[in-house]
Amino acid sequence: MDDAILEMRGITKRFPGVTALQDVSITVQRGEIHAICGENGAGKSTLMKVLSGVYPTGSYEGEIIFDGQPVHFNGIRDSEHVGIVIIHQELALVPYLSIAENIFLGNERKGASSLIDWHRTNAEAGKLLESVGLAENPVTPVIQLGVGKQQLVEIAKALSKEVRLLILDEPTAALNDIDSAHLLGLLRKLKERGITCIMISHKLNEITAIADSTTVIRDGKTVETLDMRAGDVTQERIIRGMVGRDLESFYPDRVSSPGEEVLRIEDWTVRHPVQDRNVVEGANINVRAGEVVGIAGLMGAGRTELAMSVFGRSYGRDISGRIFMHGKEVKARNVAEAIDNGIAYATEDRKRYGLNLIADVARNISAAALGKLSRAGWVNGNEEIKVAEQKRRDMNIKTPTVMSVVGQLSGGNQQKVVLSKWLLTDPDVLILDEPTRGIDVGAKYEIYTIINKLVADGKAVIVISSELPELLGICDRIYTLSAGRITGEVPVAEATQENLMALMTKEKELAA
Amino acid sequence: MTSTKPTAAEETASESAPAAALHTGISDPRTLIMRNLRQSGIYVAFVAIIALFAVLTDGVLLSPGNITNIVLQYSYILVLAIGMVIVIIAGHIDLSVGSVVALTGAVSAVLVIQQDYPWWAGMVAAVAVGVAVGAWHGFWVAYVGIPAFIVTLAGMLLFRGLTLQVLDNISLSPFPSEYQKVANGFLNGLIGGQGYDAFTLLIAAIAVGGYAVFGFRTRLARIRYQQPVESFPLFVTKVLLVGAVVMYFAWQLAHARGLPIVLIILAVLVLAYGLVTQRTVFGRQVYAIGGNLSAAMLSGVKVKKVNFWIFVNMGFLAGVAGVIYSSRANGAQPAAGNMFELDAIAAAFIGGAAVAGGVGTVQGAVVGGLIMAVMSNGMQLMGVDQSTQSVVKGLVLLVAVAFDIYNKRRAGATR
Repeated sequence: MDDAILEMRGITKRFPGVTALQDVSITVQRGEIHAICGENGAGKSTLMKVLSGVYPTGSYEGEIIFDGQPVHFNGIRDSEHVGIVIIHQELALVPYLSIAENIFLGNERKGASSLIDWHRTNAEAGKLLESVGLAENPVTPVIQLGVGKQQLVEIAKALSKEVRLLILDEPTAALNDIDSAHLLGLLRKLKERGITCIMISHKLNEITAIADSTTVIRDGKTVETLDMRAGDVTQERIIRGMVGRDLESFYPDRVSSPGEEVLRIEDWTVRHPVQDRNVVEGANINVRAGEVVGIAGLMGAGRTELAMSVFGRSYGRDISGRIFMHGKEVKARNVAEAIDNGIAYATEDRKRYGLNLIADVARNISAAALGKLSRAGWVNGNEEIKVAEQKRRDMNIKTPTVMSVVGQLSGGNQQKVVLSKWLLTDPDVLILDEPTRGIDVGAKYEIYTIINKLVADGKAVIVISSELPELLGICDRIYTLSAGRITGEVPVAEATQENLMALMTKEKELAA
Repeated sequence: MTSTKPTAAEETASESAPAAALHTGISDPRTLIMRNLRQSGIYVAFVAIIALFAVLTDGVLLSPGNITNIVLQYSYILVLAIGMVIVIIAGHIDLSVGSVVALTGAVSAVLVIQQDYPWWAGMVAAVAVGVAVGAWHGFWVAYVGIPAFIVTLAGMLLFRGLTLQVLDNISLSPFPSEYQKVANGFLNGLIGGQGYDAFTLLIAAIAVGGYAVFGFRTRLARIRYQQPVESFPLFVTKVLLVGAVVMYFAWQLAHARGLPIVLIILAVLVLAYGLVTQRTVFGRQVYAIGGNLSAAMLSGVKVKKVNFWIFVNMGFLAGVAGVIYSSRANGAQPAAGNMFELDAIAAAFIGGAAVAGGVGTVQGAVVGGLIMAVMSNGMQLMGVDQSTQSVVKGLVLLVAVAFDIYNKRRAGATR
């Protein structure tokens, strides 16, 4: 059968300093469920943003052919116009509006006087809800629904736009098993109605269960498209495609000689700040001086939540568990105490949580260590600039001066500013959350070199990363985290991308 | 005044610092102006506005008596603007300061005028009430987490109402003469002079000398740390220029009624708060909170505590402004301080504070307040009616913030 509804040919999308997609091609057959797989940062979401017009035509290279016609989208409205609807991972519903209002938002059902026809709105919404199997009153405010039901409202909204190609980004990431099963059933029903689906997912068991074909993307390139209909494609086969690159030599060599234990976390449990579930459950990890420990986990596994909750309880509520530094239990009830105890945490989202983008490099570098640069509350501004200069040289931060505004630096240099800031607090253990996200290969190498230097100086480093090759390249030991639980602890000598990925996706067995 | 060397970073370390201080640094005015356009723009505007109104009023604007008047008339707004800009840098706003000025003045008047307490007790009580009000606001903003806009809007109503109750809906006056001195008093004739006050000139000369010494020491320290400085001739020119302006100003004052006491208070506050915002950990944390709240929190800044003290400080300054205003008005009225908050907010924004927080300076806010003061005063001298004055002030505020946004866009800031 060769009846493609969508063809994307040779898509290349560049951001300043990074090529997110390189010559990606994908063909989706009419009426199939097409899964897209890849590690975090492989370029899946970017590809979908290109397809739905979030990145307008002209901002990328390559062509998109929908239903036999080349298409050029300048925004979401254009793509929706031809029947392509994307449902993002973070649902885009307005919480205080009713289900019906949300469904027809921007697409209101109007009467003759161009006022909203509420009877028609609610009646049509009711029918749409029925078709997605949601037994709720259309006038119910969306905020009263759980995530699973909200997901169904999103699909109903898509159906109201006469969707022909439905794109779901991680649709089951936040759902429990029952809701997931329901959603997958619904996708099958939609398929029977002739609606084509593209589904981005990390859950390989779902993909093998439901997808007709699977395209694997890695490092912004299409690796392969697997035909799933015969049923002989296993999860292992997909994993091989996802991680299949060779370990390149861009990890600097290091002689590892771990010493005494620096940080130990026992029985660490964290509840979600608003939802009624544990984000981290009974985690036990430790790290020794001179050791780089990796935490591997897929999106939503609780990596960042684990790190931030340890770092002065910056995330979550009802945190229980114990923290030991150098074998002695410490309290880190707020960030200042965590810093005092020698813990540092460099965030995965440097723009939102790491930097004051409108302030200069020096002030960002000094932000967490002002106590060291001041006497009786008075900052020694000259000393501040001196140490900032020193860090600029040590870290090779490319900036005209340390008085330049941080927002104007490239991602890699911003990351070095974040690292400088934490090194200035002279921590014993550094938790680096996605330290190389969104930075180019050259800068990555520099970051790895810095990490090596730190452990050589006797610091303990925990690296959280979505990129398995990175963890394999720089760590001594790797913990795997899945659905908030530590599912494995693997010395790097025994670790392969395949066995790590298997541990990272094995939530089912353990949770059950 | 041609350039010697582009930057001090190229300076060889072997040169001794004092020697280096004489012939190093940047003198390209373009570099200097571009480096700090946001700040320098405001000074250029200030000079332009003074020049404009000096011409329009045939020089009356700069006459000795009138300069004294400007200082006296707007002193309390400037005091409020100092506190307000700190609030705004942290990303908040305070709409209540007008009511707080009224309340603190009223408390003082009741104690001094009705209850016959000594004049200083009224002042202490006014400032104490201001601090208490600030703590009240700080509690709700920092520890309960209600946006400052709401808290201080409530405060605006609340403290206006309390003012009416404290005063029992009537005006109180007059204060004893000591009390009136705060806003209307002058230091004059302490060391004599022929038709002018030598003391005023002496104080001004000391201030200029202090400025030059302080500037030179800062310059030496910067060179020792191998940081860029302006070239020495430029530095001297700058000191001479500032000295000339200050001495001219003092000369004019000396020929009028002498050195206003309120000017001394203002100068101390501007100097102190300038240092607090730029050179203390607290000041840094205020900027950090306004620049990126989450990043500040994750850097160990105790955000609640800092926010609390920001509002306590605002209350303190509102209390000081209350004393100055009640002293100037020689009494307390139920409607005192109306719209002061808007003048103070406008001063901060005209002075380069950013609406989103994280940017602004005390000096900028004071100059912003002075721009408004000169405009109001100039228009009054020209006989422009109140309604037109309001229109002009509104437009100036709008243009100032538009300029700020334009600047930010050009700088390519990512926020």
